[in-house]
Amino acid sequence: MTHTISQPETTLEQAISLGLLPEEYEKIKTILGRTPNFNELSVYSVMWSEHCSYKNSIVWLKTLPKESPKLLAKAGEENAGLIDIGDGLAVCFKIESHNHPSAIEPYQGAATGVGGINRDIFSMGARPIAQLNSLRFGNIETKRTKWLVKGVVKGIGDYGNAFGIPTVGGEVYFDDCYETNILVNAMSVGIAKIGKTISASADGPGNPVYIFGASTGKDGIHGAAFASKDISEDSINDLPSVQVGDPFWEKLILEASMELLDTGAVVGMQDMGAAGITCSTSEMSAKSGTGMKIQLDKVPLRQQNMKAWEILLSESQERMLVVLKKGREDEAEKIFKKWDLTFACIGEVTNTGRVQYYIGETLEADIPAVSLVLGGEAPVYKRDWEKPSYIDRLNNFDINVITDIENNFEDIAKFMVQLPNIASKKWVFRQYDSMVGTINQSTNNPSDAAVVKIKGSQKSLALTVDCNSRYVWANPEAGCAIAVAEAARNIVCTGGKPVGVTNCLNFGNPYDKGVYYQFKHSIDGMGKACRKFETPVTGGNVSFYNQSSDGTAVFPTPTIGMVGIIEKPEHITTLDFKQEGDVIFMLGKSKNDINSSQYLVKYLNIAESPAPYFDLDEELNLHNLVLNLIYKNLLQSCHDVSEGGLFITLFESALNRNLGFEISTDSNFRKDAFLFGEAQGRVVVSVKPENLQAFEQIVSTAQISSTKLGSVKDKKIVINEISLGNIELYADLYNNAIAQKLED
Amino acid sequence: MKLGVVIFPGSNCDQDLINVLQTIENAEVVKLWHKDTDLKNCDFIFLPGGFSYGDYLRSGAIARYSPIMQSVTCFANEGGYVMGICNGFQILCEAGLLPGALLRNVNRKFICENVYLIPANTELAITNKLTKNSILKIPIAHGEGCFYADQNTMKEILDNEQVIFYYCNSKGEINYESNPNGSLNNIAGICNKTKNVFGMMPHPERCADISLFNTDGKAIFDSIKENFSLV
Repeated sequence: MTHTISQPETTLEQAISLGLLPEEYEKIKTILGRTPNFNELSVYSVMWSEHCSYKNSIVWLKTLPKESPKLLAKAGEENAGLIDIGDGLAVCFKIESHNHPSAIEPYQGAATGVGGINRDIFSMGARPIAQLNSLRFGNIETKRTKWLVKGVVKGIGDYGNAFGIPTVGGEVYFDDCYETNILVNAMSVGIAKIGKTISASADGPGNPVYIFGASTGKDGIHGAAFASKDISEDSINDLPSVQVGDPFWEKLILEASMELLDTGAVVGMQDMGAAGITCSTSEMSAKSGTGMKIQLDKVPLRQQNMKAWEILLSESQERMLVVLKKGREDEAEKIFKKWDLTFACIGEVTNTGRVQYYIGETLEADIPAVSLVLGGEAPVYKRDWEKPSYIDRLNNFDINVITDIENNFEDIAKFMVQLPNIASKKWVFRQYDSMVGTINQSTNNPSDAAVVKIKGSQKSLALTVDCNSRYVWANPEAGCAIAVAEAARNIVCTGGKPVGVTNCLNFGNPYDKGVYYQFKHSIDGMGKACRKFETPVTGGNVSFYNQSSDGTAVFPTPTIGMVGIIEKPEHITTLDFKQEGDVIFMLGKSKNDINSSQYLVKYLNIAESPAPYFDLDEELNLHNLVLNLIYKNLLQSCHDVSEGGLFITLFESALNRNLGFEISTDSNFRKDAFLFGEAQGRVVVSVKPENLQAFEQIVSTAQISSTKLGSVKDKKIVINEISLGNIELYADLYNNAIAQKLED
Repeated sequence: MKLGVVIFPGSNCDQDLINVLQTIENAEVVKLWHKDTDLKNCDFIFLPGGFSYGDYLRSGAIARYSPIMQSVTCFANEGGYVMGICNGFQILCEAGLLPGALLRNVNRKFICENVYLIPANTELAITNKLTKNSILKIPIAHGEGCFYADQNTMKEILDNEQVIFYYCNSKGEINYESNPNGSLNNIAGICNKTKNVFGMMPHPERCADISLFNTDGKAIFDSIKENFSLV
């Protein structure tokens, strides 16, 4: 067996064509003490790509709060965050992007995104129980958007439905900025038994290394590098970078992994996502300070004559790498055979600190594991930033130049309920199995956050994904704090206490100073808000280069996935009005503010204005008040004010039981701002008449203003004694708007 | 009474069904693996929902050839009780244990939502706790649930009172609007001529536990228990 690299040396030009910088090529030569061969260069190019190395973001990610007494695995330590939820159980959760593949091939791009995030969860020994997603598309009127929406939704549905984990929540936005570069963010949530989780480590030299699941093909080679480029017209040439998913295999490896975990024969396990065998072998080795000797010719292949670098970089889906305790191979192989999985022992753990890849007796690549990984010797950069000029321009917006609405509520209301960002997304979520697993408690009881039962406990989890990226664009720091606040508010309105955050940071090109300003300031805002709500950031991912070839970036979109705990079944609080005669209140301040509202942007066609009013301290006070009222069982319903403002909140509360409402506006405020403004920190609650005294007593002692708006009516919508007609009329418009656009 | 739940690779409603049978109905349940042929002396066999063998060819088309299905077929032909839910219904049709076929939904999309059902026959082993007016809210979740049978087969199904459930609206009206997937005559579930093999697309196991705020499906499992206590 040879121990020297015999292949021809590479050149700087090759390095650059693989996406490496000249200084990075020099650094590789220093690390190796020689010029890398093509296999090695390929390995570095993917491991040091933005996607795997976080080289332009990690400096700022490290500023996010990671401390909580309940945290069992910190951000970056494992594949996903892990939080103690009591009863000997932990919740494991993470969100990840699959933007670039989905923009080219929406069906497979979205499907493999779902597959990848679920593997991150079960590779830690947690069984996935719920999925969410956050989707952003361009103009719903264009053919391209319709094609993308249909493909992405079908991809998520076909994969998730067959895999058998319910999709319980999510968000769908439409904005022109996403026309070329859509965003597809998928989140998975799992439950593990504390003490029975698996680490992505490779301890114990001599232990065997197995690959199991699907066989390895040429799909997805250089996918990680592809994800680190701007989307352009040439991107279609990257089509082979998009992987193909198979949920059936994923289901089998899930069940096999769970059985494997029960044997106690597992040392460590990691799924194969970006950069395939390279990434899993080097990260596991680096984590344990060990190395691995891998025979690439033992890897089960889908096609003949694959070269070493192709096997190393293949991103074929539904594959796992597992290190077993030596001598317990038979137990594992029995399980692989039971589930008819392809598997092979491809090598062993060593004490060399190097990942060494062989074909036959030829050493194809020989690299110090730690030099490849984040937290090791992968490059770290802090880029320059500069405030983009548009931000000052937005601040010139003056509400006083806009004429307030008179009494033409009806026309505006009808317009608003049909807006793609407000109208029912039923066309989308009806295609997802939301009920498999028999844990979804929101199916028959809608609430602001999705509620799922934790089997074996009386508790439930409240789950949400949120980000109004228009606000972030207008003010990165405040906008990102709003995204965190809205997620927390949704959980609180459902009766839960927020416990942790996972983030998916979708931004433009980090080498653009304006984009880097957006990124840096978003992280600042996220950090402040997460500290305030005591929700540590447990992990997530960064997706840069979300922009089209004309140089414009998408809105900065730091999607927040948040998990909350509902301690008791009676705390589960729903968003819908329950009966006629209940009194409706708004908790939180009204403001003369229509900044960045759907009303201003879509009805008045004014795209440029600052982010809406937001105060972090008030927000936390509001959350504490709401939880207090819920714990005392004083609320019939609770729904936060977000896109579309107060009117849309009232309408959505009335919708589920086909009720109506009668309210008055407040003469201290403009009517447009009162009804359609999106000032933050507000929720609408309904209260039984017999509970009014107790309700008002608690509210009066809180430092939160409360406005009595009116009462729940039978079907009629009435504002300032003007009837807008029956709820059914608006319900039809609201329910059919998206389907009509997509099906025509 | 001993209940068996068959597990195919790709089954994903097996555990939901087992949970309901064990924790809500307090029944003895055993798992039956697709590669085995032993039915373990079960009195009633369930084929659960999911995507058996990936369902890449046609839903249920591969599962019918599995070793366990050879035993299930013999068991059914000898009068043993078998019930298929969703993918299980599709497998029973593919295996020829139930008449007709389940085609792609007319809108060509997967549909997951609550629908309403009204029983057509309340004297079956799975409906004896229902009345003719029992309107049940039970979810569907499928891409291929459009029931179809040719004219002669359909006549037989109707003549022999083999329809178990029709899709209806919340008032019990069976009409075009209340048909979620284009099924012929709004048929949601059928049984065989000898009334021992049952298939339905909706998922009663998803609405049998009060913690999910809908228990309309429980009556079907209660009926099975009732059936055995009477035998």
